[in-house]
Amino acid sequence: MEILLSALTGLLYAGGVYLILRRSILKFIIGIIFMSNATNLLVFLSAGIVPGQPAFVDDTMKDAELMADPLPQALVLTAIVIGFGIVVFTIALKYKFFKTTSTDDQDQLTNTDA
Amino acid sequence: MTETGLPILLPFALIIVLIFMRSTVSSRWTGIVGALLNMIVAVYLFLQLRHDDVLVLQVGGWEAPYGITLALDYLSALMLLVTALIVLVIAIYAFRFIGDRPGYSKFHVFFFSLTMGVNGAFITGDVFNFYVWLEVILLSSFVLITMGAKKDQLEGGIKYMTLNLIASLLFLAGIGLLYGKTGTLNMAHLARILINDQQSILMNTSAMMFFVALGIKAAVFPLFFWLPASYHTPNITVTSLFAGLLTKVGVYALIRFFTLFFVQDVYFWHNLLLIIAGLTMVIGGMAATIYFETRRILSYHIISQIGYMIMGLGIYTPLAIAGSIFFMIHNIIAKTNTFLVMGIVSKIKGTFYLKDIGGLYKERPFIAILFIIPAFALAGIPPLSGFFGKFILIKAGIEDKHYIVTAVAVLTSLLTLYSMIKIWNEAFLKKQPESTHLPSKVKLKISEVLPSVILALASVLLGLLAAPFFEWTLAAANQLMDPNVYIEAVLNKIE
Amino acid sequence: MNSVILQLAAKYLRILFLSFALIALVRGHNFPGGGFIGGLLAALYIVYDSLAFTTQQIKKELIVRPEHYIGSGLVCVLLSFLPSVLSGSPLMQGKWLSLDIPLIGVTKLGTPLLFDVGVFLTVMGVTLLFLFTLSTKK
Repeated sequence: MEILLSALTGLLYAGGVYLILRRSILKFIIGIIFMSNATNLLVFLSAGIVPGQPAFVDDTMKDAELMADPLPQALVLTAIVIGFGIVVFTIALKYKFFKTTSTDDQDQLTNTDA
Repeated sequence: MTETGLPILLPFALIIVLIFMRSTVSSRWTGIVGALLNMIVAVYLFLQLRHDDVLVLQVGGWEAPYGITLALDYLSALMLLVTALIVLVIAIYAFRFIGDRPGYSKFHVFFFSLTMGVNGAFITGDVFNFYVWLEVILLSSFVLITMGAKKDQLEGGIKYMTLNLIASLLFLAGIGLLYGKTGTLNMAHLARILINDQQSILMNTSAMMFFVALGIKAAVFPLFFWLPASYHTPNITVTSLFAGLLTKVGVYALIRFFTLFFVQDVYFWHNLLLIIAGLTMVIGGMAATIYFETRRILSYHIISQIGYMIMGLGIYTPLAIAGSIFFMIHNIIAKTNTFLVMGIVSKIKGTFYLKDIGGLYKERPFIAILFIIPAFALAGIPPLSGFFGKFILIKAGIEDKHYIVTAVAVLTSLLTLYSMIKIWNEAFLKKQPESTHLPSKVKLKISEVLPSVILALASVLLGLLAAPFFEWTLAAANQLMDPNVYIEAVLNKIE
Repeated sequence: MNSVILQLAAKYLRILFLSFALIALVRGHNFPGGGFIGGLLAALYIVYDSLAFTTQQIKKELIVRPEHYIGSGLVCVLLSFLPSVLSGSPLMQGKWLSLDIPLIGVTKLGTPLLFDVGVFLTVMGVTLLFLFTLSTKK
């Protein structure tokens, strides 16, 4: 399972990098979403995977060794929340930019350089 | 120590008050009062450090390394103090320069969320918590940089966003790898685990992720392109705030991480840091010379001066680290001040283009003095603050036999001086070009000039009282170079 | 869109969505759920409503502006710090209160719940603000 998820992480990074290098701003944003999901998976995998066990203890849990590491899950949750906010902001920014300039082409973004 | 959390709680409470506030006049006053309170908190915490070496708060009562720790040592306290100063002057400056412009009604909300993020980043003792504060800073700065929604601002905002988002993702990936290898994210605990770590090659992957991410944030040489593409687009108040604080959070984190726990592969990292420091200095300084727009010139100088701070970290002696911290504090004050003065100049002349400005020295000698103090401080003319910052760094460089980077640092000073003299000649000495039409005679209000005066005084005082101030930065550097005090303070009860 | 079926369904689904959101909020401390998920679920209901009705109608239903949901959520978060500060324990430490409520039995109420309510309101407000900003045609 870990190998599969690692491969998926790599695939998502590759797709994200490819999309980021495209000229369209919208594709760039989708690339960022890909990469942020890949990063979340990476953090999630960092503690290894424990199959079928929750990350918190109740009275029935006797052995803490069996438990999944709760910290990466908490980190991923935080990262997802932050990613959610950021993606919404970038989409709003792109929308506003498209309305003022009616372009989606990154090569047109030359006004503030040099 | 609950009061250690105050630098975060106070801006948080101010954000709530400002969200519910409708009138811009009252939010402007709240901004000033809040910034004053923030200043009091910073001074109070700094004075507390006379009794303890490190102030520690285990949030929620969860002992380190399981919970989030807030730890305040000399470096954090100094950074909080200078941040509070910048926040205070920007709050005063915003009184007229933001005023009640359309689209800026929520400026103060995001101003204080940026303050909260910066304060939080300076006092946190947890790597993931640091990431969260970085994101708080990032989101607030996104909003601030696009506030007003002019075409150029949106474009600058997209460029700013692009590279900074990638930096955040790299930082998070670095955290994942670090956690996978060490099983902790508490900085002190990491330091204890990694101090005897022999497998430096494993740590270097995550160290490199952190370095690239923080390098983008700090705008070092091959990663700085977002900064000059975006800093000249927003309102001058926002630019001044960013120029003072944003890149320095990245430098602070580099200093913190690479003195506390990324200390294994010293040879590789310190040489890399020195090379990058040299290139950052020269390229920032040279790029600045071709522009005639004051904000762009000054933006490139931000980059150039980041190089000095990285240089101190690369030399890695207590003196050099103390020099870095001294230089960083001087730079925050002087750099913000040059932007503030340029805001005043553009208010008088209606433009930031040097070719359309002139004759200010005869017209308004007071503004000329206000400009010359931070400009000479940046160039390193004694007795102003920049001279001592550079002097300490260069002394440390020669003592430790890093002659090349020291020579580069000295030569870059000349480039800085050249740029400052260019602005001085063009804006202040040259006659007003006749073709341009001037706005009618502007009368400056006290709240527009006062911030510059405060910061100019700070620059002069930092120069005149350099010796006692250097003692503080040296104390901070000694704490960084001998992390045992910090580690003991955070992990007091745990083996 | 102006579909009678959707509008009628929205009226009844409202109860389902909101009670589900509240359940997720309350059980969040020891079980899956919590303020963030609850807030998203509540916002989801309003997204659904916005498909059936116009944005103006929903704004009226919400009574206050989304910004004020965020503000009151942050107030709840700040209030949840108070018990720990006043009792002199470390900031943000959880403080619990056992209440014997008739019919429900002994219930433990604590500052983490208040914190979660704050997160609930903030997330709901933020999501609504996104929605209204992006869906308003100028």
